[in-house]
Amino acid sequence: MSNPPRPARERVSTQAILLGVFSLIATAMLVAGDLATRDAIAERQREDLRASLSQVIPDALHDNDLLAHPLSINDDQGGPLTVYRGTRGLQVTALAWEITGKGYAGDIRLILGVDPEGKILGVRVLQHAETPGLGDNIEASRSDWILGFNGRSLGNPPAEKWKVKKDGGIFDSFSGATITPRGVVAAIKQGLAFFQSHKAALTRAVVINSEEQDP
Amino acid sequence: MTDYKRIVKDGLWDNNIVFVQALALCPLLAVTGTASNGLGMGLASTAVFILSGLSISAVRTIITPQVRIPIFVLIIAVLVTLVDMSMNAWVHDLHKVLGLFIPLIVTNCAILGRAEAFASRNALAPSLVDGVMMGLGFTLALVILGASREIIGSGTLFANAALLLGDWAHFLELQLIPDYKGFLLIILPPGGFIVLSFLLAGKRVMERTLAARRQQAAAGLPEAG
Repeated sequence: MSNPPRPARERVSTQAILLGVFSLIATAMLVAGDLATRDAIAERQREDLRASLSQVIPDALHDNDLLAHPLSINDDQGGPLTVYRGTRGLQVTALAWEITGKGYAGDIRLILGVDPEGKILGVRVLQHAETPGLGDNIEASRSDWILGFNGRSLGNPPAEKWKVKKDGGIFDSFSGATITPRGVVAAIKQGLAFFQSHKAALTRAVVINSEEQDP
Repeated sequence: MTDYKRIVKDGLWDNNIVFVQALALCPLLAVTGTASNGLGMGLASTAVFILSGLSISAVRTIITPQVRIPIFVLIIAVLVTLVDMSMNAWVHDLHKVLGLFIPLIVTNCAILGRAEAFASRNALAPSLVDGVMMGLGFTLALVILGASREIIGSGTLFANAALLLGDWAHFLELQLIPDYKGFLLIILPPGGFIVLSFLLAGKRVMERTLAARRQQAAAGLPEAG
C-alpha cells in the first residue's frame, strides 16, 4: 500500500465503536428510565381506570374494589374482553366493560356500565378523535347527550328503535354530526346484546372472589 | 468571550425557531388549540432542548464528524423517551392531553438543528443558555399562537391550565366571550396555518415600523444637534 496509514479517528472501526458505545449508553438510560417510572405509570393507569369505572358504576351499588377481580371473557368476535364487576356480598350488582364504536374519525372507545338486569347505569367516552365542536358532544363534559342512555335497556326502546332519530330511532343526533352518535348508539346496542347472551356467566355469584377477599 | 446577550436575543426573537426559522411546524400546529396545550408542549420541548444541548456539547470532542448525525439522533430520541415516561408518571393529566404529541418532539427538526449548528461547536455554558433561550422562544411562539387560536376559536383563554400548573392556576382560566358558539376553523389544523401567517405578517410589520422609527430618529439627530 502506498497510502500512509489513516489517523485513528478516521478509521471505520473507530466510527463503529463510537456508535456501539453510544447505543449501549442509550440502552442503559432507557432501562433506568423505565425502571424509575414503570410503577408510577401503572398506578396512574389504574387510577384512570378506576375514575372511568366510577362514572358508570355508582359507588353506592358495590362494596368491593372494582379492579380487584375482573372477569376475562371472549366477546362476540372472539376477542378477549375484561369485564369489571361491582359486588355486594356475593351478589353481582353492577358490571362495566369497554365498547368500541365506529366514529367519523376512527374508533370511539366507551365504557358501558349495566346492572344485572341489563339496564344501563351509565356510558362515558374514554377516547375519540371526532371533530371538535361537532362530534365531541358525546363527551359528558360538553353535553348531556350521553346521559340520555341511563336507564335504557335492550327492550327499552325496542330493538328497531335503537337508532338515531335520523334513521328512525329515538336518540338525538347533533346538527352537523350524524355519524358520531350513530356509531355510539350502535356500539351501546351491541354491548347490551353481548350482555344479554352472556348474562348467566357474567352475573353468576362470585364465590371464589369472596374467599380470596376474606382471609 | 461568548456573547450571551446575542444568544438570548437570537433564541427569543432574532432567530426564533418558529417566527424566523419556520421550523418545528408539525408539533406547533398540532397542539396549539389552546394556550395551555401550547405552554405544556413548549416546556416539554424546552426540557429536551436543554438536555440535548448539554449532552451533545459534553460529547462534542469525542464524536467524529462521520457519525455525528446518528449519534445526535440517538441522544435526542433517548431524551424524548425519558421526558415522555416522566410526564406519564408524574404529570399524568397533562400527558393525557399532550400524550400523542410528546413522541413527536423527536421529529422537531429544530432540536437536531440546534445540536448541529450550536451545541456541537460550543462549550457547555453557552449551549445551556442556547437551549434555554431557543426553548423559551419556541414556548413563546406556541403560547401566542395557542392563545390567539383559543380566543378566536373557543372564546376562552388558558382553559385547563390547572391540569398543567396545579390547582392555583384556576384563576388563569378565563371565559373571555360568554356563550360563544366557537369558530371551528380556527381550532382545526388549517386554522393553525391561518393564524400563524397573520402572526408572521404582524412580526414583519412591527419590525419594519421599528426600523423606520429608528431611521427617523437617526436622521433627526443631526438636526436636533
